Amino acid sequence: MGYVPVKGGTQAIEASIKRLKFERLKGKEIIEINTVMSTMRAMVDQLMSESSLYSPYLAALAIKQAEGSMEEAVFLMRAHRSTLPRPYYSQTVESETMFVERRISASFKDIPGGQLLGATYDYTHRLLDFDLIKENTEDNMQWLQNYQEELQNIEKLEELMYFPKVVDYLREEGLFEKHEANNTPPIDITKQSLQFPTTRSERLQVLTRGQTGAVTSLGYASLRGYGQVHPTVGEVRVGAVPIYVEHPNETEQSKEEEFYIGEITVTEVESFVPTKVKNENNEYVLEFEIGYGICYGQNETKAIAMSILDQCLEHTESDFPTHDEEFVLLHIDSVESTGFISHLKLPHYVTFQSKLDSMRQVKKGVQKIES
Amino acid sequence: MKAKTHFAFFDEGSKKEIRRAIMKAVAIPGYQVPFASREMPIARGWGTGGLQITLSIIGKTDVLKVIDQGADESVNAVNIKKLVQETTGVELTDQTEDADIIQSRHRIPEVALTKEQIIVLQVPEPEPLRKVEAREYITKRMHSEDDYSGVWLMLFEQIMKYGKTATAADHPVYVNQRYVMAPSPIPRFDNAKMHQSEALILLGAGREKKIYAVPPYTNVESLAFEDYPFTVESFEGEHCHLCGSTEIFLDELIDHQTGKTIYQCNDTSYCMDQLNKKEEAEVQTSYA
Repeated sequence: MGYVPVKGGTQAIEASIKRLKFERLKGKEIIEINTVMSTMRAMVDQLMSESSLYSPYLAALAIKQAEGSMEEAVFLMRAHRSTLPRPYYSQTVESETMFVERRISASFKDIPGGQLLGATYDYTHRLLDFDLIKENTEDNMQWLQNYQEELQNIEKLEELMYFPKVVDYLREEGLFEKHEANNTPPIDITKQSLQFPTTRSERLQVLTRGQTGAVTSLGYASLRGYGQVHPTVGEVRVGAVPIYVEHPNETEQSKEEEFYIGEITVTEVESFVPTKVKNENNEYVLEFEIGYGICYGQNETKAIAMSILDQCLEHTESDFPTHDEEFVLLHIDSVESTGFISHLKLPHYVTFQSKLDSMRQVKKGVQKIES
Repeated sequence: MKAKTHFAFFDEGSKKEIRRAIMKAVAIPGYQVPFASREMPIARGWGTGGLQITLSIIGKTDVLKVIDQGADESVNAVNIKKLVQETTGVELTDQTEDADIIQSRHRIPEVALTKEQIIVLQVPEPEPLRKVEAREYITKRMHSEDDYSGVWLMLFEQIMKYGKTATAADHPVYVNQRYVMAPSPIPRFDNAKMHQSEALILLGAGREKKIYAVPPYTNVESLAFEDYPFTVESFEGEHCHLCGSTEIFLDELIDHQTGKTIYQCNDTSYCMDQLNKKEEAEVQTSYA
């Protein structure tokens, strides 16, 4: 029979799924969820960010199940997310209260509170470490013990210290405009579809769940000339922020009565972007604006790229593709873009037959005219 | 940590939200209602729009049929059927007549549907104006202003270039004399089946987050000019090599033995039906 079988699809699919399982098991090794969680931090962080679901454990499970495929793992997490009811919205997170693990500024050497390098690959040489081939638990334990001893000799601050935002310091100097806080409740893009033109809360949500590679690429495109935003990083900070929800039934609310439900690690970026604005005398003057980026986990490149695109989309008057909100926002989602690209693998017999008919009819017509 | 899946996958809140969008779609035939499309356990672009509609309208006693490219056993049809059955436990069927809900990609079955049935079509690109205008913001306004000059111009340009309209599947239709609608990529052959359909037609685009509908007994006209009328795919002089049917949508195959082009019913369940009827008739005549 031809290539459209009348029967047999079900069995073929079951065989394919079995084969997939075989591929994962054939090496006879088992990776523990905890191993993934504690050794694949970058991947777990990136996955939580793209799937917009904060759960390191489920992320590790998804990575294991997807054999490390990012696209597949995000897909698993997002589908799981669809089944979860959403009972609460958290209170606004004040990122000044972040428990900072890393904080740098590329704009100012001498930021109040100082630069804190934290853990980063930025200053490592990317040389393959062949020692990792014979890594063992005893050596690692020894290293950990030494490291902890080293830490003990360092003087500790008695008080918990919050790092002020670099931009606040510049605002006081009058270099940045002071804006009223916009406290309109955000639109939840997972409960309402995007309507154009969008609000900033919608744009930031799409950007923060965007595929890391896609957000980075478009941010890069803007820097290279397909956009008009070239920022200086004002501040990158990575750390844990506490999340609170208010009592669902109480009408009178006070900060003390809010419930602490845990903390999440985030990367937050504020970029400074010089823009031309008209003053009262209708002259162009230079002014700084802020591009904002935030995402789950330690994910600095993505957060910086997000801050560039945020600023691009604030200026839709430009003709460049990175300033077109439909172009950017409708194409950077991992589940949407990989889903639609992969659907090309499905049979298209009917549409192709229809196209074939249309082409033949057209060709027939052409011959008639010629003869 | 391990959670039991809810009936029909979604939580009740999500189902209610989707049903509300469906009600609006039925009330305004052909109008694309935006909805908060959920991420599904199958890929975006593999029928999540249809699947979300099916899951939000299905009840425990419903019987479901899923077809893809005319076949009940096509990979995607099998996959979707499996998922719905796993989360609902409903009965499945290959028989078009036995189904309450038929989810389909790219075909409307050959057998006429009844008013007891709902057909759910999966839609990759719900916007009939997208080829004319890339921006959603503008196309939405064009619909509201009943401005379809772009699509007409597209057809006109095809006539100028090729001597005839050269659309393949997904030939745009006018619904209820108001909205121009993408009928999902069904072949032109199937467009007529939408006109005054007894069954409710629901169309879902998951990735593009739109639901729209053709209620029963609604006028659906394929866009065409008086002097260049709408034509469907032609299978003139051809018949199914298995059951001998004509006047249906056929797949073009290559006979591996002879290397010649042969034709076969695209609707596999229709073909099986015809074969069974033939066999029954043969058995009856041989006993007589």
